[in-house]
Amino acid sequence: MSIKERMSGNEAVSYAIKQINPDVMPAFPITPSTEIPQMVSGYVANGEIDTEFIAVESEHSAMSAAVGASAAGARTLTATSSCGLALMWEVLHIAASNRLPIALALVNRTLSGPININCDHSDSMGARDSGWIQIYAENNQEAYDNFIQAYRIAENKEVLLPVMICQDGFITSHAVENIELLEDEKVKAFVGEYEPEDFLLNPGKPMAVGPYAVTGYGMEAKKNQEIAMENSRSVILDVAREFAALTGRKYGYFEEYHLEDAEYAMLIIGSAAGTAKDAVDELRKTGKKVGILKLRVFRPFPGKEIAQALKNVKAVAVMDRSESYRGGGGPLGVEVGSALFMERVHIEAVNYIYGLAGRDFTVENAIEVFSEMEAMVTEGREVPQYQYVGLRK
Amino acid sequence: MNTYDFKNTMSKPERLAPGHRMCAGCGGTIAVRAVLRGLHPEDQAVIGNATSCLEVSTFMYPYTAWEDSYIHNAFENAGATIGGVEAAYNVLKKKGKLKDADNFKFITFGGDGGTYDIGLQSLSGAMERNHDILYVCYDNGAYMNTGIQRSSATPLYADTTTTPVGSHSNGKMQNRKDLASIIADHNVPYAAQTTLLGNFKDIHTKAEKGIYTKGAAFLNVMAPCPRGWRYETSEIMDICKLAVETCYWPLFEVENGKWTLNYEPRKKLPIEDFLRPQGRFRHLFKRGNEHLLEEFQTEVDRRWEDLLFKSSRT
Repeated sequence: MSIKERMSGNEAVSYAIKQINPDVMPAFPITPSTEIPQMVSGYVANGEIDTEFIAVESEHSAMSAAVGASAAGARTLTATSSCGLALMWEVLHIAASNRLPIALALVNRTLSGPININCDHSDSMGARDSGWIQIYAENNQEAYDNFIQAYRIAENKEVLLPVMICQDGFITSHAVENIELLEDEKVKAFVGEYEPEDFLLNPGKPMAVGPYAVTGYGMEAKKNQEIAMENSRSVILDVAREFAALTGRKYGYFEEYHLEDAEYAMLIIGSAAGTAKDAVDELRKTGKKVGILKLRVFRPFPGKEIAQALKNVKAVAVMDRSESYRGGGGPLGVEVGSALFMERVHIEAVNYIYGLAGRDFTVENAIEVFSEMEAMVTEGREVPQYQYVGLRK
Repeated sequence: MNTYDFKNTMSKPERLAPGHRMCAGCGGTIAVRAVLRGLHPEDQAVIGNATSCLEVSTFMYPYTAWEDSYIHNAFENAGATIGGVEAAYNVLKKKGKLKDADNFKFITFGGDGGTYDIGLQSLSGAMERNHDILYVCYDNGAYMNTGIQRSSATPLYADTTTTPVGSHSNGKMQNRKDLASIIADHNVPYAAQTTLLGNFKDIHTKAEKGIYTKGAAFLNVMAPCPRGWRYETSEIMDICKLAVETCYWPLFEVENGKWTLNYEPRKKLPIEDFLRPQGRFRHLFKRGNEHLLEEFQTEVDRRWEDLLFKSSRT
């Protein structure tokens, strides 16, 4: 029997951490992820977990200490947001290239400037090429479920990559909602013990980590890292299947909501998918064939699967909660566009930027987007392929 | 550890194997080998290393010169990295994943660039958190790995590639930072300064103390660089001796707040004796630059008096 509770997203992830009882957590406070290290510190103070919590003096040191701890053979995690992730940037790449299965609870917040504590995805999207697996959540339940699956993916011998479990700042991290929790024993059995093969503290078997690689070797190291990311594709699905058998909650690369017969689709990440689903429900009542593709796994990018899922729609709105400043759209816009082209799926696509720096994304915004796509297809209305929604006029 | 056994110390197995690519006569390599002799043979170690000459020359894939486990992370984070390793050790011991008999010690090496400058925050954090580690700075007074650029450890008036001597410049215009004092003021259990001297008693003793003091320890080792300082490679021991005899590089240690001066020259030599053999100070000996030498001497004297005061307190 699962446990029914009410929790915020931060509480849900912290609870998952408590149940997993990881070895080392270096962390530095930053809004809106601060509650996670606070709660873990509380578990430590009350002897509820064995975790060594390191109250480091910066996020750069948080990720640096995480690299040291993970290489030493400890199951390791940290939590951060926004500028904290940006300060880690150099070491994110080092963690991935050293093939260290660190988990990072990311609470998405916009990058400065202007300084702002609210949600968008500029932090994680900025780290999209750092070699980390990225999994996003719509709500507290998904944040919890994703975190419980994180180490099974990261520590798989064919993968050995760090994983970022993302949830939307405040919208998910601080909103209290119903949640179903697993019993401690079930979590422990599902996640299992961490048994690394090679690590610094392996008695009598010294190893060296972080070499200087000359041009004769560096490229192969990078290719091997890419192969590991490729390997994570099937592992993510295998772990999700096992998780579904345990909980009844099904996960994949993405969730399709009324996409089967949809003429107009919206591709979206995170909490705003919930809002978009409400819009779909309203529009479906009026006979409109609209649907949602909610992306859960952004790295590795499931381009082929996305293209196949969208091949029968007339138009797709690709929703970006971050700006690329490339003079033509956001990161999802580029990657989805590329996937459609490579799979030879020729549908209309419009890239919308929404929700930057915590701007609300409303049901009305979503309806407006769907209406515009319909007008583009049925009336031949000229629609810019890259535009903002919810911007003050 | 009351009596220093030179023969026994020197006959310990090398923990930095030959075949690495450090320059002939490099002070850094000598310092590292000396520090590693502080380890008891029955103990294992994890060695951390900031990006530096030492790192790129001793662990070039697929070869490593390190007999112990070793981790290089980045330039500015050697303190945090070894702190993470130490935390992992503590929890694996607590969980019984490491046996009681599996003793590991944690030593990390950084050059002055990785320690005084870009890595200062990471080092300060690791010291304040009192991880059970020894951080060793091999201080050669400039960014030698990238080609002799000034650091905050570079002495006044040194000619470096970013403080070149020219018609309008006499080299580095600022005094060097006193890092050993800064770390001592973190009130860590052990902080000390040493160099390569005589029978190495000073560095061997301090390394062992630093490694086996419970909590955070810091050792600052002056490690001359023949390329950057421009002296004859074979003169390294003379250079180190002159640094100490002129009181440019005093030998001291601070144990739980108690300052001890380990060596007081019978007759303090003028700073010129240390500067003259080094090409980086050649311009100071041109006619008309006597006042620069005087200024240098004044600063050395001021710091020496300060150290005498600190170490006279009971």
